[in-house]
Amino acid sequence: MAENIDNRAGARVPTVIADDVHIVYRVNAGSGGKGSATAALSRIVRREKGEARGVRKVHAVRGVTFTAYRGEAIGLIGTNGSGKSTLLRAIAGLLPAESGKVYTDGQPSLLGVNAALMNDLTGERNVILGGLAMGMSREEIRERYQGIVDFSGINEKGDFITLPMRTYSSGMAARLRFSIAAAKDHDVLMIDEALATGDRRFQIRSEQRIRELRKEAGTVFLVSHSNKSIRDTCDRVLWLEKGELLMDGPTDEVIKAYEKETGR
Amino acid sequence: MSDTTHDGAIATSPTPSPDDGLSPSQLAAKYGLTVSGARPGLVSYIRQLWGRRHFILAFSQAKLTAQYSQAKLGQLWQVATPLLNALVYFLIFGLILDADRGFSTEVYIPFLVTGVFVFTFTQSSVMAGVRAISGNLGLVRALHFPRASLPISFALQQLQQLLFSMIVLLAVVVGFGSYPSLSWLLVLPALVLQFVFNTGLALIMARLGSKTPDLAQLMPFVMRTWLYASGVMFSIPVMLADKPAWIADVLMYNPAAVYMDLIRFALIDGYGSENLPSHVWAAGLGWALLVGFAGFVYFWKAEERYGRG
Repeated sequence: MAENIDNRAGARVPTVIADDVHIVYRVNAGSGGKGSATAALSRIVRREKGEARGVRKVHAVRGVTFTAYRGEAIGLIGTNGSGKSTLLRAIAGLLPAESGKVYTDGQPSLLGVNAALMNDLTGERNVILGGLAMGMSREEIRERYQGIVDFSGINEKGDFITLPMRTYSSGMAARLRFSIAAAKDHDVLMIDEALATGDRRFQIRSEQRIRELRKEAGTVFLVSHSNKSIRDTCDRVLWLEKGELLMDGPTDEVIKAYEKETGR
Repeated sequence: MSDTTHDGAIATSPTPSPDDGLSPSQLAAKYGLTVSGARPGLVSYIRQLWGRRHFILAFSQAKLTAQYSQAKLGQLWQVATPLLNALVYFLIFGLILDADRGFSTEVYIPFLVTGVFVFTFTQSSVMAGVRAISGNLGLVRALHFPRASLPISFALQQLQQLLFSMIVLLAVVVGFGSYPSLSWLLVLPALVLQFVFNTGLALIMARLGSKTPDLAQLMPFVMRTWLYASGVMFSIPVMLADKPAWIADVLMYNPAAVYMDLIRFALIDGYGSENLPSHVWAAGLGWALLVGFAGFVYFWKAEERYGRG
């Protein structure tokens, strides 16, 4: 799929190109009006003409343009609600852009399988389900199964992998989720503040795993509120604020400006 | 493709590159980048879907298992639930209401139970379809897979549920004096056709429901109307004998009635072809192909928009 032509030393091969991307969420009900049934009814009736009026729009990303190259690790920073995670989802092709386009090399993937797992199933079955949901084949999962379980350390305190996930402590569940998600190799990898799960020992292990994934992936995006982990991993930083790209440049420069702005 | 292990050597160089003057779309074209999240063609969509068949199956089985995992009796409920359902209908319609006009009790009870189970198959596929996308937005927004996997998976879950009900159904049928015969094999093609029809319907409902989640509130009423109009508890020709013939014809050729009749005909000895409309297999096949294909195309047409809430 990925035609890695022209990968000479010094040549910069783009892997992700965002071209004036706008993303708009549409939220039902949140309309400023009354929440009563009659108000809802009149909204439905009025909907006939043009755009639905009971629906509020949230313009989460406003005209972001950038190009990411092979071998780069890019940090995304910005205050809560500035559109970082939304932008990642758009790059992954999970959230359609209102206007503008995102071009990618291969299929970028978000690190995370939380949504595919089911609390009522055993850890064992969740490993298989999560792997399949990420697009791994049954053979791949069988090969990596033991690795995933060992990495999560779930079985260190007894045979927990054969128990339903709802019986796990929140830390254990988070560890298993991370282990499943990190089991797959990615072309363009996006990590959304996944670093801070589990106990100290597991954090060290997972940071190490992320560094490995970084090596294997062509391009890495990292969303984090920890300036330290951005400094440790990224060589370029995008600063988003209110959905707009405020700054794009080398890590030190952008983080300095960001810290000045946020008063730290 | 991770085979080219790029050892983190940063390729960023300040030297001006020949790419500088290019617009984003020209740059993308030069390096063969594709639009992220674009809708694939129909054929490659089907291929992607086939590639995800293990996920579709595993997801449906996981949903099925998760349903009763908190109950003490566990998976026994897969069979106990339809059994209790059948008992309730037997109590009300068989013992209290005596609604078996036109049939003997040996025919009426299996007739009723078949109708209920087969209709429930369609009904629950539709209801699961409505929530297939809108109820799984987290999944849709987190992972990449052909979105049709979800409604298909839910329809498959209902099929597995029906197979459990079939155990009860066969016991009821035998209990009322219809013994296994070759005609029982006709159940298989009938179920395949109904499954294709249900999947198409679930796909249609999934797209509608992703735009208008309110359908989840509305559909139970639509489905109940459909239930009463399809002759689940009574024989349409007998019940509508004094009405214009076209009404009975319309009701009898509606897909739910067609699939119910096909399975009743296959299983119940006393339910002969005189109770079925003519060309009923053709009708069943036609409905399956029409709704299955139309539903798939209709769902695929909005593939790139499902993440939007």
